[in-house]
Amino acid sequence: MMSSNSANNLLDEALGFNDECGGGGGGLLLLIEDRVETSGAFILHHLIKRRLSSPNRPNDVVVFLSFAHPFSHYDRILRKMGCNLGVQKENKRFVYYDMLNLNYPDGEKGAEDLLLSVYGKIQKTVELCSSREGYKNSTIMIDDISLMEVALCGSSNLVLDFLHYCYSLATQFDCLVIILNHEDVYSTVDVPSPLLQMEYLANIVIKAEPLATGLATDVHGQLTVLNKGICQGSGCSKSKIRNFHFRVKENCVEYFYPGSRT
Amino acid sequence: MAAEAISRALRDGALEGEHAPALTIKDSIHAPLGAFVFDHILAQLSSNISSSKSQAQGIVLVAFARSPQFYAELLKSKANDAASLKKWLRIVDCYTDPLGWKIQLAESGIVSNRSTQNATTASLCKNVRDLDMLFSSIVELGKEVIRETKGRFAVAIDSVSEILRHASISSAASLLSNLRSHDQVACLFWLFHSDLHEMKASSALEYISSMVACVEPISNTANGKGMNSENVPLIEQNLGRGKFSVRFKRRNGRIRLMSEELHTEQMGINFVPAFEGHVTSQSLVPKVQFNLQLSEKERNDRAKVVLPFEHQGDGKPIQIYDGRRSVSESKTENKETNAEKMHVNEDSGRGEIIYIRDSDDEMPDSDEDPDDDLISDSTIFFLTVGILELLTN
Repeated sequence: MMSSNSANNLLDEALGFNDECGGGGGGLLLLIEDRVETSGAFILHHLIKRRLSSPNRPNDVVVFLSFAHPFSHYDRILRKMGCNLGVQKENKRFVYYDMLNLNYPDGEKGAEDLLLSVYGKIQKTVELCSSREGYKNSTIMIDDISLMEVALCGSSNLVLDFLHYCYSLATQFDCLVIILNHEDVYSTVDVPSPLLQMEYLANIVIKAEPLATGLATDVHGQLTVLNKGICQGSGCSKSKIRNFHFRVKENCVEYFYPGSRT
Repeated sequence: MAAEAISRALRDGALEGEHAPALTIKDSIHAPLGAFVFDHILAQLSSNISSSKSQAQGIVLVAFARSPQFYAELLKSKANDAASLKKWLRIVDCYTDPLGWKIQLAESGIVSNRSTQNATTASLCKNVRDLDMLFSSIVELGKEVIRETKGRFAVAIDSVSEILRHASISSAASLLSNLRSHDQVACLFWLFHSDLHEMKASSALEYISSMVACVEPISNTANGKGMNSENVPLIEQNLGRGKFSVRFKRRNGRIRLMSEELHTEQMGINFVPAFEGHVTSQSLVPKVQFNLQLSEKERNDRAKVVLPFEHQGDGKPIQIYDGRRSVSESKTENKETNAEKMHVNEDSGRGEIIYIRDSDDEMPDSDEDPDDDLISDSTIFFLTVGILELLTN
């Protein structure tokens, strides 16, 4: 059983993140899928802390687009985990974009223009960081995609276009793109789900699901991590799947294999 | 082998007066290996082009899903140097800036205009919604790589699914159809993910194609029915192996089906013959606690059982099997009973029933209805009786 405070817990191992680098390689898109019964927000918080707390990466930046919660929400949670987002924000290492209070225009054309300006800010931030000495990786996080779609007049196509541009930015500047989406939002949609498009695009897919046996007090759910590996023109690494359980505690999360918890 | 047949068809190209051969590669999220197949086909065709073995003298690659740099590295790793690539490869870059956002931002001074193109000649497409412009770009680049007036080029599109995100199925089908009927296109192939589109879109693309290659999961998992640690190995298996089925449409309308397995490896994929019998027997035989299969000895013993009225075919007189002993046992008493049986046979020369089995090589427990040959048996019987009556009258 490993907690998220210890080095290399099961989640980090499944993601291929080792403690030496403090984070994963760049040029990847990581998709977190959760459900009403099992929120995947804790994964997002864990990754924020990992990306900001690595001693080997003092100049790395996290660009955070929030459609779900205000800054104070994340600040409160990360403080309990030992990470001061306020200080990181002042140091320009945590760049927070409040997408909640933007004036969203009507119509898809207006939405596309807005998205273009948001993308422009992200690209500018990443370009500035990459020019700094000691730069290793940047991280672009979006919380969450389904609310982004609502904000963009329900246009999943615009969301996918935006993700495509973030992904191409990631491959150009060695960034990691992390997005959170809700699987059950699309479960009754008749047309092919845009979530599938994101699963095709993503290099790593983390699914937070309830146990097949239902609710339990000691186990809050299971995580399935599909790591497609890195595919470059010269070769591909093998895809791997890991499945393990988790329990969310006050300041940390425990990860363990089924049956290994005493 | 199915994959080799595809490569040959693309290598041979179009016949005069016929549309170019077109290949659809389709996969799904449960067997997401279509991109590997696309890369393999691209590498094979490129090898034929660079060694001048194919009708196509060059290839125009339309890159939506992966960057031009990825394809340049892929082809270089298959023993193509950069100078050689420049001669016969052109890339329409629909990956870097498909909607022109980066250009707009650069023009307004918000971001720097950092070019990401490398030595490989890639032509940037800034508006993938305009399929007419895309068609013109493909044809113009194609003309750059052909050496003769009547030369032809190949076209590869790495994701028709991306085209369908920005355009209607009719526009996409029109683009592919126009390419296929262009007199300078030798062949074309594309990849799409079947579960991202409605059935009519998939069907439309398959109708345009002369070859459809389908990648399916090797294992049927309980998809959508909840994840647990038990089905993880099966799902993982589907990420590395798949069933590869190809349907070839001939000019005369005849369909040819081929299938094999594909395995992913570090440097690409490998195609192996499908062990259909093994797979079928494993899947059809129910898992019970007693043995339903025959051992070798049991098969031999069954073959030795003499069926009633069956001609042994060994030149010896017919021995009527009385159901109590096998052929090998009756041979030891041949001398004692032979004369008696011969006498019996001579006395019963009239009205004997001659049974001629329709198919001696019919497999036991065949699915064919054993009553199917009753009509022909009865016909033979009546004919025999009829002939005997004629002879005796």
